Amino acid sequence: MSSALETARAEPVVVLEGVSRQFGRVKALDDVTLRVPRGVVFGLVGVNGAGKTTLLKHVLGLLKPQTGRVTVLGRDPVADPVGVLSRVGYLGEENDLPGWMRVAELIRYMQGFYSTWDEKYADHLLRSFELDPAAKVKHLSKGQRARAGLLVALAYRPEILILDDPSSGLDPIVRRDILGAIIRTISEEGRTVLFSSHLLHEVERVADHIALLDKGRVVVADEMDRFKRSFCEVTLQFEHPLAAPPCFVDSLRWQGSGREWTAIVRGQLDDLARRAAAAGARIVAQRAPTLDEIFVAQVGPRVAQAEPESVAAEE
Amino acid sequence: MQIHIASDDGVPIYLQIAKQVKYLVATGRLLPGEEMPPIRVLAEQLLLNPNTVARAYRELEIAGIVEKRRTAGTYVSQRPSPLAREERLRIVTERVDVLLVEARHLEVGTDELVELVRQRDRQLRPSGQE
Repeated sequence: MSSALETARAEPVVVLEGVSRQFGRVKALDDVTLRVPRGVVFGLVGVNGAGKTTLLKHVLGLLKPQTGRVTVLGRDPVADPVGVLSRVGYLGEENDLPGWMRVAELIRYMQGFYSTWDEKYADHLLRSFELDPAAKVKHLSKGQRARAGLLVALAYRPEILILDDPSSGLDPIVRRDILGAIIRTISEEGRTVLFSSHLLHEVERVADHIALLDKGRVVVADEMDRFKRSFCEVTLQFEHPLAAPPCFVDSLRWQGSGREWTAIVRGQLDDLARRAAAAGARIVAQRAPTLDEIFVAQVGPRVAQAEPESVAAEE
Repeated sequence: MQIHIASDDGVPIYLQIAKQVKYLVATGRLLPGEEMPPIRVLAEQLLLNPNTVARAYRELEIAGIVEKRRTAGTYVSQRPSPLAREERLRIVTERVDVLLVEARHLEVGTDELVELVRQRDRQLRPSGQE
């Protein structure tokens, strides 16, 4: 616990303050404030189009904030791209490595940009990823291309590793390599990982901090354990069957039918118990929900319980 | 040391680890004085954040199941016997509670349940053993 507090107090390596970004009429980022402490694995989750990639592009200095401020390692990534990018490793969703280069050429080429390039480490990664140095990048499989991208993002031992949905569309073995790289990166003192992902069970395993984005806004940003602890799945049993979901707490998405209804509740369990009692119901079960379940409850469609009557009729 | 993390379980991962280590110690699969895998190694093996593994080890240390040695490394405590006994009972108690709740729902009385346990015990025992 104390070490978690220490990391929270430490100076953050990435800071976004009131960052907004609009593409045409779409608000991609809406007043985003976020702090990534040093030495953590920070998972960024949200549905497609929630703003994850746009947020990471601001951190990398590829986009200039329309309002607000971005600071990475104490610098402005747009004003000082060299100062920032030399200390940040990046692997994108669709990595745009030059396809005409051979793997060995790619490594030599990238090496030229970084004074901190670790040749031994690059060699080690080349071998452990089983990459063919003579193969052209464009002829590599999707998995091998991701590994090549990971190699050039890791070999200069960046202080911050940024991964934009690195697992998407990759087989479990490549995903293992990527997760392993994340873990090794933070095992080395003081290094930080910021990554976005759709695979919540992976985020749950490797991230110790989490931010949930929805429609360009940060819905929650917290330490993973505290975040998970703040939610509880509660099942209520009513005296008489209900034709529609209970309506005494509007923000909840109830699932169920008849007498038993289940929802994921954030905090205020006492309050819910009181309201339930007043509505003639009692709590019959409680359990800790998974990240997946919390995610759906927070940003899933509001009408999770569509037309209970027609469903009942079919049964 | 075989640990399995269930991702469809809402129980925090560090508690899953701590619970399974306690189980391994209680059942004698981890012996007193045996060295635990280093945090980093277990983290890479299970693909977990090292802080999560460290937290599990801290929980286990507080519970007296493991101890840190000055020379670095974490070891199963030398004298975990009373705790291990307690832990074994705790595990069985959990199962008994589940059984009792289920029996109550199905309207099977406690006496009947105890008799059923005895009966099953006789049947599961290798023949000739009383």
